[in-house]
Amino acid sequence: MANSANGNYAIKAENLSIYYGNFRAVREVDLGIEPKKITAIIGPSGCGKSTVLRAFNRMNELIPSVRTEGQVIFGGRNIYERDVDPVEVRRRIGMVFQKPNPFPKSIFENVAWGARVNGFKGNMDELVQSTLKNAALWDEVHDKLDQSGTSLSGGQQQRLCIARAIAVKPDIILMDEPCSALDPIATLRIEELMRDLAKEYTIIIVTHNMQQAARVSDLTAFFTLSEDGKRAGMLMEYGESKQIFTRPEKKITEDYITGRFG
Amino acid sequence: MNLLRPRRGFTETQEQLATRHSRGKLVLTVFQFATLMGVIVLVVLLLTIINNSFGYSAVENKVDPENLTVNGVPLEGQTKEQLVAALQQNVSAGLFARFEHDQPIAERDAANIYDLIQEYVISPEVVESWNFYDSLTRKDEILVLMQERYPNAELQFLSWVNWDFVRSQQSSHPEIAGVRTAILGSVWTISIAIFFSLPVGVAAAVYLQEYAADNFINRIIQTNINNLAGVPSIIYGILGLAIFVRAFAAFTSGIAFGAADPSTANGRTIISAGLTLGVLVLPLIIINAQEAIKAVPNSLREASFGIGATRWETVWSHVLPNAVAGILTGSILAVSRAIGETAPLVVIGASTFIQVDPEGPFSKFTTLPAQIYQWTVRPQGAFHNIAAAASLVLLILLLALNATAIVLRNRYSRRL
Repeated sequence: MANSANGNYAIKAENLSIYYGNFRAVREVDLGIEPKKITAIIGPSGCGKSTVLRAFNRMNELIPSVRTEGQVIFGGRNIYERDVDPVEVRRRIGMVFQKPNPFPKSIFENVAWGARVNGFKGNMDELVQSTLKNAALWDEVHDKLDQSGTSLSGGQQQRLCIARAIAVKPDIILMDEPCSALDPIATLRIEELMRDLAKEYTIIIVTHNMQQAARVSDLTAFFTLSEDGKRAGMLMEYGESKQIFTRPEKKITEDYITGRFG
Repeated sequence: MNLLRPRRGFTETQEQLATRHSRGKLVLTVFQFATLMGVIVLVVLLLTIINNSFGYSAVENKVDPENLTVNGVPLEGQTKEQLVAALQQNVSAGLFARFEHDQPIAERDAANIYDLIQEYVISPEVVESWNFYDSLTRKDEILVLMQERYPNAELQFLSWVNWDFVRSQQSSHPEIAGVRTAILGSVWTISIAIFFSLPVGVAAAVYLQEYAADNFINRIIQTNINNLAGVPSIIYGILGLAIFVRAFAAFTSGIAFGAADPSTANGRTIISAGLTLGVLVLPLIIINAQEAIKAVPNSLREASFGIGATRWETVWSHVLPNAVAGILTGSILAVSRAIGETAPLVVIGASTFIQVDPEGPFSKFTTLPAQIYQWTVRPQGAFHNIAAAASLVLLILLLALNATAIVLRNRYSRRL
């Protein structure tokens, strides 16, 4: 189902099933993510998009009832193996959340904190400056680095959260509907930023907004609920965004992207 | 006026709408009445205390200060030699020898001699006291009564709570008794209680909220903590008596540290009382701290984990700083409860009559509420007045503690 040009993946889910208690929310997903590309995950509500995304950096473990089966291969290893430290996984695979959630600390500290706990010993001022520049936020905040991160506007907060994620130099950035709480102009700025970041980072984005997926992503994975009545999320179609949005192979994908359901 | 166009299925008339509004107004009235009840109870409480703390008193002097004037100079203006002479003339030789023994007369200053004359020669005694309300409204009757019953007494308007009352030690004369020992005892025990229960309580709350899995054992622990918060305080007193006073007597009496107060040499000490109060408020502090930690948005934890922080780094840098204001607020409530507790301290053995200031955790003690209790059960009326005065002092102490905590809380929440 998943087709990649060269078989060289940044991260790859193999036979991934995720349960909430006894309820299987995601069923047998195989999904290889290509490096330094933007991969969008789309699909109707409740189809397990966010659950799959959070499986890529073991964030689901913070919810007590969640159980994961299958493998997620990253750097040649299954990150769910017993001796893999989830802290190390999350440092390498950062995350940006749906609602901007900067720490209620200074803007400087928002960027610096993650680097500091992860043992960064270099020049912190330089790191904060270059990170904020990469996150297209430096010009707006360079004269108020000591102000609280929560004093910024929603769009600025989200870019601060992106800065916070890239400050620890991850390989992959997971974005869970990063623009759903933002206005169209702030959304556009984040999308531009994502295009920039894709030169250096692998980005996986979950989005409800199909125009956004079509605009920013290189590849698109379409998830939907299985139709056997068990309502488990599964991967229906995966391929180049151009192809998915113009010539989808499956009828259900076409129905979804043309707005017939979802 | 009918703004509502009739719609199918909606048959409400103007009258029915008015009924709905009046029902709402009725409920509002009930809420306002409930609030008013609370306010009335508080006002009555304050008025009762104030009523007993101020008022006219009939004060009878054993010796009229007029008789002690020398050549028209009143007592206040006399030299030390004149005061010593007056003292020697009016007290027994044995008592004068005791003063000399306590501290040689030659080394005492004039103010000290003056105090001795006040206490032992003039020796004012309150023979009857009236409360504040009567003093304001029935002054004429009081004056007549004075003439009949106490022709030698002088009518004075006394404020039972005053600086001397706060500064003086316990005494068997209500006129000169004070609450200094009790205040120091309260401050000592509360400090020990806070020192013990705050770190332990917050640590337990962090464990239960951030680390403990949601399983059967932890749910049992949680239920028991919730129940402990409702256990009557006297039961904690019995616990404190059995454990801190008896079982750990070697430590709580200070013998193990070579610091025992020779007059106690048992476990009925400040540290036993403080630890008992600490155990008493521990469940309250745990529950309040848990609520404060629960109120920290999960998005902060996720953000922290998402950049590769460990659980401890997340708790220390994000959860606790955001919960500290709530933890302090909860601790204020817990400490307010502890400072007013009497029953467990009576069980543990608060001293009924103590005149020496506590010197450390191994001293005998009494506390303000225990002192108030002991004064209220005495038959003489003047003790009831100083009990009311001590209640005012307790309220002021409580307000001061709460204000400190609120200032601390505001400072911490500003830093975020």
